[in-house]
Amino acid sequence: MPTKRSDAPQSVNRRRFLGASVSAAAIPFVGKSLDEAVAQPVAVETSDSPAVVALSVNGDVYRLGMDVRTTLLDALREHIGLTGSKKGCDNGQCGACTVHIDGARVLSCLTLAIAAQGRQVSTVEGLARADGPLHPMQQAFVDNDAFQCGYCTPGQIMSAIGCVKEGHASDEDTIREYMSGNLCRCAAYPNIVSAVAQAKTQMGG
Amino acid sequence: MRAFVYDRASNEAAAIHAASMLTQLPEVQGRPPVEYLAGGTTLVDLMKLDVMRPAKVVDLGALARVHNAITVSPDGVRLGAMVKMSAAADHPEIVKNYPVVAQSLQLAASAQLRNMATPDGNVLQRTRCPYFRDTSWTACNKRDPGSGCAAIGGLNRQHPILGGSPDCIATYPGDFAQSLIALGATVNVAGSAGVRTIPFSSLHRAPGATPNVETVLAPGDLITGFNLPAGPWTRRSLYLKIRDRQSYEFALASAAVALDMDGSKVREARIALGGLATIPWRSREAEDALVGKTLTEPVAEAAARAAFADARPRVHNAFKVALGQFDLGPRAAASRRTGGLNDDRSSCSRACRQYGPTHSAL
Repeated sequence: MPTKRSDAPQSVNRRRFLGASVSAAAIPFVGKSLDEAVAQPVAVETSDSPAVVALSVNGDVYRLGMDVRTTLLDALREHIGLTGSKKGCDNGQCGACTVHIDGARVLSCLTLAIAAQGRQVSTVEGLARADGPLHPMQQAFVDNDAFQCGYCTPGQIMSAIGCVKEGHASDEDTIREYMSGNLCRCAAYPNIVSAVAQAKTQMGG
Repeated sequence: MRAFVYDRASNEAAAIHAASMLTQLPEVQGRPPVEYLAGGTTLVDLMKLDVMRPAKVVDLGALARVHNAITVSPDGVRLGAMVKMSAAADHPEIVKNYPVVAQSLQLAASAQLRNMATPDGNVLQRTRCPYFRDTSWTACNKRDPGSGCAAIGGLNRQHPILGGSPDCIATYPGDFAQSLIALGATVNVAGSAGVRTIPFSSLHRAPGATPNVETVLAPGDLITGFNLPAGPWTRRSLYLKIRDRQSYEFALASAAVALDMDGSKVREARIALGGLATIPWRSREAEDALVGKTLTEPVAEAAARAAFADARPRVHNAFKVALGQFDLGPRAAASRRTGGLNDDRSSCSRACRQYGPTHSAL
């Protein structure tokens, strides 16, 4: 049974199949609002009995059973099946796991999922509709060849959108400074800076 | 990560109650068994590394509703404890009139971490000493009291030259704390015994024989805000940070300087050093060398020498004496300008040219 309010995917590809498999273990969403869902007993012990965690991700609400030690990154990838956010260092040093919480770019690997309840989480999967145009930042990364292996790219894009929205993309030096939390081992940095500068004009930043 | 009890506090009183009621449980690593969770950038990281092992974590997320304000008054600025570092760094009043604070925040961590981290968590962030963070080293008095110190006889290039003890030479890693000392800030603390306000410069404790005890806070004490007093020195303040990378790196040497000037004469000076000491380090020696003097480059350089008169360099960090003097000397002189721009990059490249061969020897 799908665990989110939106319609179930119409077609099955590998990623969706994996996603459906992992979320089959989740507790089904029972139609409560997020606020009601969050109003659970507060003290939860890590043990074999999982905590119920309600997460709002890209506008969908999920009620998931998980150990309270679960990070938001692992909840997204392993419980919900949104594998766009990447696990690089898993210690807050590389930026590959960058998502937005309440509109601010943050590191999902250093965020406990249970602490993200009641807040709006946005991931790279939420930037563009399947049948719609890419987000200007995604398109700018394509246009500028701003990646090689692509592993850091979802984090780079989520971080870059934050960089522009915060007003920290005024020139190349500022972009470099405010994008320093995203590492790229292929060293596509010059093209990433160009992509951010291009998208900034299109985003009206 | 080890198992823990997660508790989400709905308000300040509930948080303090939740953090104070576990007194029947034994201490963990020489610390209270309960940790507060604010931004999580230190705590979650160190719990993943098994460096911190709290029995209970009290999530302060709900307190943001009441402790999220930056309040400007003629007396100064009050920073709520749950303000994000990024919000404080970009606040127009702080940028314009408290430049040392804005600069110390902007130069810390990355944009994502600054969007998560709070000032209260930031001032309590724990050392980056590799022997503390890597549990394969069994000797660390800060992590496991009584186990020894692997850093003293180990690779200690990043370690401090001020404030160490025979039991610990771990560097205090932050930037913001130094700016609070330079401005004479105070910190509001709430605890089971009520609320109190203490000078920020008295918050941290030198390691001595108990490096596991890092502050004067009692179990359950909660930092609720910081008060930055307005004064003639606030606009005439600067922060310089020298590090191995130009961005997203901890300080090898940093200085926060605030001056009250009478023409070209120094009426009052407050100076704090980072990356060079075991705690946010107020240098009264450098302050005393400036007060009453006409501020010239030689006077600033004399103050910088005074700051390190008692420095105790180790095998791999002797370069920090020269680097710290370089950092502080020109900095103090530059602080004559009000609201001066931070010339972090040019100073860094000058420092690297001058001291590169020494400190890149390892």
